[in-house]
Amino acid sequence: MSSQSAALPRSAGARFWKELLFQIVCIAILAGALLILALLLTSVVVDGLSRLGWEFLTGYPSRFPERAGVLPAVVGTLYVMLLTAFFSFPVGVGAAIYLEEYAEKGGFGLGWFSRLIDINIANLAGVPSIIYGLLGLAIFVRFMALGRSLLAGALTLALLVLPVIIIGCREALRTVPDSIREASYALGATRWQTIRHQVLPMALSGILTSTILGLSRAIGETAPLITIGAITYVAFVPDSLLSPFTVLPIQIFNWVSRPQAGFHANAAAAIAVLLPMLILMNAIAILLRNRYQKRHSQ
Amino acid sequence: MRLLPKSFKANKRERGIELFLLFCASVSILTTLGIVAVLLFETVDFFREVSIVSFFTDTEWTPLFAQKRFGIWPLLIGTILISGIAMLVALPAGLLSSLYLSEYAPDRVRRVVKPVLEILAGIPTVVYGYFALLFVTPLLQKFLPGLSGFNALSPGIVMGIMILPLVSSLSEDAMQAVPRSLREGAYALGSTNLQVSFRIVIPAAFSGITASFILAVSRAIGETMIVAIAAGQQPRLTANPLVPIETMTAYIVQVSMGDTPVGTLEYKTIFVVGMMLFLSTLVLNVLSQRLRARFREVYR
Repeated sequence: MSSQSAALPRSAGARFWKELLFQIVCIAILAGALLILALLLTSVVVDGLSRLGWEFLTGYPSRFPERAGVLPAVVGTLYVMLLTAFFSFPVGVGAAIYLEEYAEKGGFGLGWFSRLIDINIANLAGVPSIIYGLLGLAIFVRFMALGRSLLAGALTLALLVLPVIIIGCREALRTVPDSIREASYALGATRWQTIRHQVLPMALSGILTSTILGLSRAIGETAPLITIGAITYVAFVPDSLLSPFTVLPIQIFNWVSRPQAGFHANAAAAIAVLLPMLILMNAIAILLRNRYQKRHSQ
Repeated sequence: MRLLPKSFKANKRERGIELFLLFCASVSILTTLGIVAVLLFETVDFFREVSIVSFFTDTEWTPLFAQKRFGIWPLLIGTILISGIAMLVALPAGLLSSLYLSEYAPDRVRRVVKPVLEILAGIPTVVYGYFALLFVTPLLQKFLPGLSGFNALSPGIVMGIMILPLVSSLSEDAMQAVPRSLREGAYALGSTNLQVSFRIVIPAAFSGITASFILAVSRAIGETMIVAIAAGQQPRLTANPLVPIETMTAYIVQVSMGDTPVGTLEYKTIFVVGMMLFLSTLVLNVLSQRLRARFREVYR
């Protein structure tokens, strides 16, 4: 008995130290991840600061790093983002509405079809982005003969972000309680009237969140656009849907891939232009989501 | 009588809208069919000219040289090597950070850390590529003098950091789904936090955690820009992480950057490599979904 009571504090002590050690390791790893983020951002800002300025933002690419600018890439990124949103938002929301509001509830009696779509979307979300580039190259660039154009790039990216938008929108629609729908039907509204006037307004912030997240993924994508042949040296701002284009990530890739340190500074400066755009979009999306999660859980 | 045509019209409108929505939902099916058709078409074409046996047995990949050899192994091994290094970083770190966030962290910490991890996940891969080539590689060269400017080690490590948030958040979801009663039972028997974590939570969430690991591998295999920037573009059959190599994804980028005419054998190779990539990630994704579905069945 006495030996047991003597052993107890000792093993409790060992347990305590083990617990502490484990927590320290975990915190160190998390802190490490956050530190790396901070390091990444500061190293980019430090490297790019000397180049960042009005001339850089309004300039065109050049053989000389100190004269080069990102205007075509920034404008290209904005155009691609708008066009991608134009294609992916209605189709993504429409697909989500169909799957949540119609398929489950006997739309055309195609239960098996919606299950197929379900599995299919989950798989598409895991397909590497460069594969979408191959699809875009074969279908949009070659088969539909759109060439290496803004339109082909935006269509490719729209297909890429569609699963993200659909999955997010479905979750948003699911948070709308059925009692709302039933009340609307009871007042004589049709299914579409119910969706249009009751369900969509309630799910709006969730729908917007997933769209913003999808688009922020699209503007960071490089590989699929390289595959469809977006060119890296574009000395003009795209003026039509069919004109060649470049985007910021491709411009960054191009500058990183060159051996001269001058271009590396340009790449850092271009990253310093791209990242705030992205972080802003993500932050808005995350804030929006946290707000509506809170509202629904109350 | 006046009501009938009107409601009939409304009904028609309802049907029209439903049809449009059905079309939207079908776009995803068309995308999959498109991917499979495009890859299959060019792959079949490719194997008319190159024997499938040499594709899987030859040890050299030189489609862009005069002396063309089409052995997929250098690209496969390069992909596996880099993914392996990435997993060595992402899996333990992801598992521990998810365990900490799920079982230890106070709510205040979680509320700060989770969004930051999400932002980490939202950084474009081309930025990670810049980081690997111009920051991590020079840093590693101070400790490893034999490290060449392009190598597998640095992009592998950076890719691991990139994938960490994915592993962490999916594993944490799995741990959160473990019922409280299991934990409370263990605490009632006198277990410590650590014992509960490793003997109750991890085994109970095992299939969910495994699913997140598998998804992470699939992400690593499909990751493109980090390797295209920092790993070099030399298909080479080696397990040495210090020399330049090439992955399947980097090869597709390399060919896309050049002026390869449509219909040539070089042009078809990117679709064949794409097919390999598509199949391997598909198998992993399906496996991961199966595991997650099983996990849900047990606890809901």
